[in-house]
Amino acid sequence: MPSPNGTREITYVEAVREALTQSMQADERVFLIGEDIGVYGGAFGVSAGMHAEFGGERVIDTPISEAAIVGACVGAALTGMRPVGEIQFMDFITLGMEQLVLQAAKVRFMFGGKATVPMVLRTPGGSGTGAAAQHSESLETWFTHVPGLKVVMPSSPYDAKGLLMAAIQDENPVIFVEHKLLYKVSGPVPEEPYTIPLGEPNIVREGKHLTVVATSIMVQRAKQAAEELAKEGIEIEIVDPRTLNPFDDSLMIQSVVKTGKALVVHEAVKTSGYGAELVSRIVESEAFDYLDAPVRRLAGLDIPIPYNRNLEYHAVPQVENIVAEARKLVRGEY
Amino acid sequence: MAKSKNAQTSQAAKRKLSEKQLHEMLYTMMLIRRFEEKALDLYSLGKVHGTMHLSIGQEATAVGASGALTQQDYLLNTHRGHGHCLAWGSQADLMMAEFMGKETGYCRGRGGSMHIANVDANNLGANGIVAGGLPISVGVGLSIRARNTEQVVMVVFGDGASNEGAFHESINMASIWNLPVIFLCENNQYAMSMPVEKSMNIDRISDRAAAYGIEGVTVDGNDVEAVYEAVHNARQRAIAGKGPTLIECNTYRYMGHSKSDRQAYRTRDEVKTWMDKDPIERLAGHLDMSKKDKDGLFKKAEAEIEKAVEFAEASPEPDVADIMEGVYA
Repeated sequence: MPSPNGTREITYVEAVREALTQSMQADERVFLIGEDIGVYGGAFGVSAGMHAEFGGERVIDTPISEAAIVGACVGAALTGMRPVGEIQFMDFITLGMEQLVLQAAKVRFMFGGKATVPMVLRTPGGSGTGAAAQHSESLETWFTHVPGLKVVMPSSPYDAKGLLMAAIQDENPVIFVEHKLLYKVSGPVPEEPYTIPLGEPNIVREGKHLTVVATSIMVQRAKQAAEELAKEGIEIEIVDPRTLNPFDDSLMIQSVVKTGKALVVHEAVKTSGYGAELVSRIVESEAFDYLDAPVRRLAGLDIPIPYNRNLEYHAVPQVENIVAEARKLVRGEY
Repeated sequence: MAKSKNAQTSQAAKRKLSEKQLHEMLYTMMLIRRFEEKALDLYSLGKVHGTMHLSIGQEATAVGASGALTQQDYLLNTHRGHGHCLAWGSQADLMMAEFMGKETGYCRGRGGSMHIANVDANNLGANGIVAGGLPISVGVGLSIRARNTEQVVMVVFGDGASNEGAFHESINMASIWNLPVIFLCENNQYAMSMPVEKSMNIDRISDRAAAYGIEGVTVDGNDVEAVYEAVHNARQRAIAGKGPTLIECNTYRYMGHSKSDRQAYRTRDEVKTWMDKDPIERLAGHLDMSKKDKDGLFKKAEAEIEKAVEFAEASPEPDVADIMEGVYA
């Protein structure tokens, strides 16, 4: 895969759009389907201009029918196409769960491995836009709990493009979780098509005092926290799983072996969140013998996302929370 | 129910199906019945794991519908789907092996009775979720249109499925895009124990088609020729770009919903009334078959099922070492 260094900078939303566009240019089996993705360009502008380029047969606007959107992806994928569905807000996947969990995820296994379901379901998750409790959820853990689904959560424009192109080429149903607040974040992204293998984590930053395992927007916040902490002489190592399931945890475990301390950070609510899986993998591994402190989780409060700006801000981990938690861990205050 | 309409379609069908075709259809109906009766025996003997949903009494719907489609078309099946599977041309031995959880079965013993599929033959599988196949049929329809082939997809479901939200979303979507989908509703009068009269305030499920702006017809589901005719017409319409059709086939299951059903919700008299309209007896009567010929054909079906059971019983169990296979491609 090409290095991001020395290339132009584009935003996360542009990176997602470029991955879709290049995938559709390269493979006529790829098509988009979802609500308001046509002339409107998608609720977050991801497919802006794509209807004009590819036409209504490949950028398909649907009625508000999430079960049928997901099912349409399953049926098309089973019969030789490579659909990319959009669920306008991650919360709305609740209306398509049957098709995703009981059909897309299980068809291959139930049929004795004799069918493939190469589909991608893109959806923006996360809070921070004032959209309140029904438009701000982070539900990724639901999907990591379903064998047969792959779950991808890119944290940068570079990862968004490479992981999405890989997801579209993958033979399995992939849930591709974008983050609304990341859409405007810029970063270097090569112009040529490239893929980042699903399942491979990324060491975003090297450090020796503490391993911070973060997902999606929390990777960006961890990077900002790292700069603050560096001023105090604390060097954190940031590991981004990128693919939550299946997830090769070896890099994360090696990192904890090196630092002896681990902090897991995600936006989704803490109880039964993905962090619990990450912590379990750490303490079940050889890293257990190297731990100098309890493994800690920093996650969303166990509440629905509130509307009020200040309450919303305090519902999920922010940079200062990561700084404070990291400081306590490194200083041995736990 | 409009008897005149059924009578008309039957007359038309008679012109379409040769005596030879009708004999073949009768044989397939007998094969389905013997398959399911044998399945019940095997269950009673403890040779079949889990539960099963038998379609005894509904054979004409399965055979008439598949008979009107081609090998290039697609099938999305219901949980009560052995009949449609056999009518689609699936092998009884591979089905029986699946039923018995064997490695040689259609799904290598991973799916069982409720998930028999043969993707290579465009049989996209039976579905354990009521209305689960309907949204998928929209995607198959889109795929057919994108590939520009002369195919249709038939999705089979019961009366109960027509009360699911997925029914509404899927038929509406197939309608607005004029997709080549045939929505085949087997109205066997009960959604488990809930009778249709108590679950909807309309006389015909096909009336719901009007809400989506598509063609809707109700036929006598125990009349193989009427079913054939309706599906044949729906296919013609779909291929001509005239969009989907909702076909309601009125029929009846003689057995309970599944193995745990004590059938407290219906009377023996009601069951008997429907048995008097038995689809196999009707077609045999229509063909003026002698009892001897009919028994002979049943014997042939029994022999095929016996061979299928022998194959299944001799087949190996899946290897536990392979338990993780098939989750991901």
